[in-house]
Amino acid sequence: MKYESQGIAKMYFIAAIGLFVGQILFGVTMGLQYVWGDFLFPAIPFNVARMVHTNLLIVWLLFGFMGSAYFLVPEESERELYAPWLAKIMFWIFLVAGALTILGYLLVPYATLAEMTMNNLLPTMGREFLEQPTITKIGIVIVALAFLFNIGMTILTGKKTVITLVLLTGLAGLAVFFLFSFYVPDNLVLDKYFWWFVVHLWVEGVWELILASFLAYVLIKVTGVDREVIEKWLYIIIAMALISGLVGTGHHFFWIGTPDYWQWLGSIFSALEPIPFFMMTLFAFNVVNKRRRDHANKAAVLWALGTAVMAFLGAGVWGFLHTLAPVNYYTHGTQITAAHGHMAFYGAYVMVVLTMISYSMPIMRGQKAANVKAQALEMWSFWLMTVSMVFITLFLTGAGILQVYLQRYSEAPLPFMVVQDKIAIFYWLRELAGLVFLIGLLLYIYSFFAKGKEVGNIEAIAS
Amino acid sequence: MRETFTKGMARNIYYGGGVFFFLVLIGLTVDTVSGISKTDNRENLTEQVIAGKYLWETNDCIGCHSLLGEGAYFAPELGNVYTRFGKSTEAIKGFIKSRPKNGIPGRRSMPQFNFTDEELEQIAQFLKYTDGIKTARDWPPNVQG
Repeated sequence: MKYESQGIAKMYFIAAIGLFVGQILFGVTMGLQYVWGDFLFPAIPFNVARMVHTNLLIVWLLFGFMGSAYFLVPEESERELYAPWLAKIMFWIFLVAGALTILGYLLVPYATLAEMTMNNLLPTMGREFLEQPTITKIGIVIVALAFLFNIGMTILTGKKTVITLVLLTGLAGLAVFFLFSFYVPDNLVLDKYFWWFVVHLWVEGVWELILASFLAYVLIKVTGVDREVIEKWLYIIIAMALISGLVGTGHHFFWIGTPDYWQWLGSIFSALEPIPFFMMTLFAFNVVNKRRRDHANKAAVLWALGTAVMAFLGAGVWGFLHTLAPVNYYTHGTQITAAHGHMAFYGAYVMVVLTMISYSMPIMRGQKAANVKAQALEMWSFWLMTVSMVFITLFLTGAGILQVYLQRYSEAPLPFMVVQDKIAIFYWLRELAGLVFLIGLLLYIYSFFAKGKEVGNIEAIAS
Repeated sequence: MRETFTKGMARNIYYGGGVFFFLVLIGLTVDTVSGISKTDNRENLTEQVIAGKYLWETNDCIGCHSLLGEGAYFAPELGNVYTRFGKSTEAIKGFIKSRPKNGIPGRRSMPQFNFTDEELEQIAQFLKYTDGIKTARDWPPNVQG
């Protein structure tokens, strides 16, 4: 570790992994509720479990992004973090606010939580993924601004690199677009339209800048490839992300009462959205093949390559599968969407955070890389989680295709719940895959504590 | 990548393309917002509907149902539930009201929210208003949602 303040990332990563476990526990709970309808009912109804599942994901990814930025930025900027104390305070504020919000979801009915937090003063609750009480949202804004200030001052007063400037743009965009979560018009069409300014412009917009800059950083570190080459790739990848993704927002404006021209614009531009992800895959493999050293941290290299491949499959391929308006007419709001959502979030954002953790955690623990056994276990957990996520996606896709046929496409469309019963086998299989994912995650955590032979202290030069 | 394609060019494509398409998105947004009065059923956006939307939100209905295809996929689409229930707000109210408190053994069930008659009417009116939004190709494809 070159700068002491990089070590702040550790607490952020530990919190992220802890919340990740919570997310998956609620995930397997929901998966079971799909086939065992009254499991935990009425104590934890499905909507509550889902809120906890998705909100924990968002919160832990934000912890992961912040931790990653705190590790990356001082090293790139060649100076200590501007205000380490602020990063520590914000950690606790965010963690306590997050924990209280999740407890609120679990302990009182949602309507009561809305009353307790005086939602009527500035109603923002009850929209998908943005269910947090208004007071929590304000807390998120404060934490995000303090974080941006801290990172921004470190970058702007230190050495500026392409990676840090791209990262800063992405993080600033994250904060700015979140402000749309405070705009909840009575008009449902407008409400839905601007809701996507948070959701789409995050995950198919500015988050891609964050993702690409983290990936570029780790690849520079583990391959030793010339920075100039990597920066050129980085620019062109994020250029394609914005060129396709901004107007690509239109693939959400097909069926919500918005003008018909979105059918064309949304289809064409979102059909381009796989391109940046495909380039990311080319980039990662290209750079690793041209590596000038074999880094001792093989697990981090695996995660980096895995991110590139899985982001392309989940966000690119599975997104393209249902993004054209004539296809989406049948698939909109079915298990196809769920399939895509799972692999895209895992492949892009979960995996890039785990890549950053994999690279930086050994360094923060005073090693170049984790010991041989720990790395072997970590790579096992990589395969368990990744392969089980592929199966979750395949089973949900199977469920979705049948659902589309039985409920929307056949001569005699069947009611929703009748169809759900008919496709239950896919939900059972998905649940099994989900349990394997949980096992993979537990193994991942165990890998941090595994003792074994230390790796060689200096990496070999590749031939 | 070949050397003729420099980092500077890549950077310009990023800044130029990013700014240009962001402006395009803003332009299209202005056009969309000014044009949707023909489709968004605003003439029926009554106080009752607005109150119904607030109840929809503060009971996290989107956590199980989808509405115009957005939300969760655990329970039926409600963007066209008014049509599916025979264009009857009474039927919608009756369904919500009759959910058993402890669920249905082994099956998915909607919670019992204990709404007042006034609240039930507001939710039903909100769903009726939503059904009146003119979606492209009259989505969803059929009455089953």
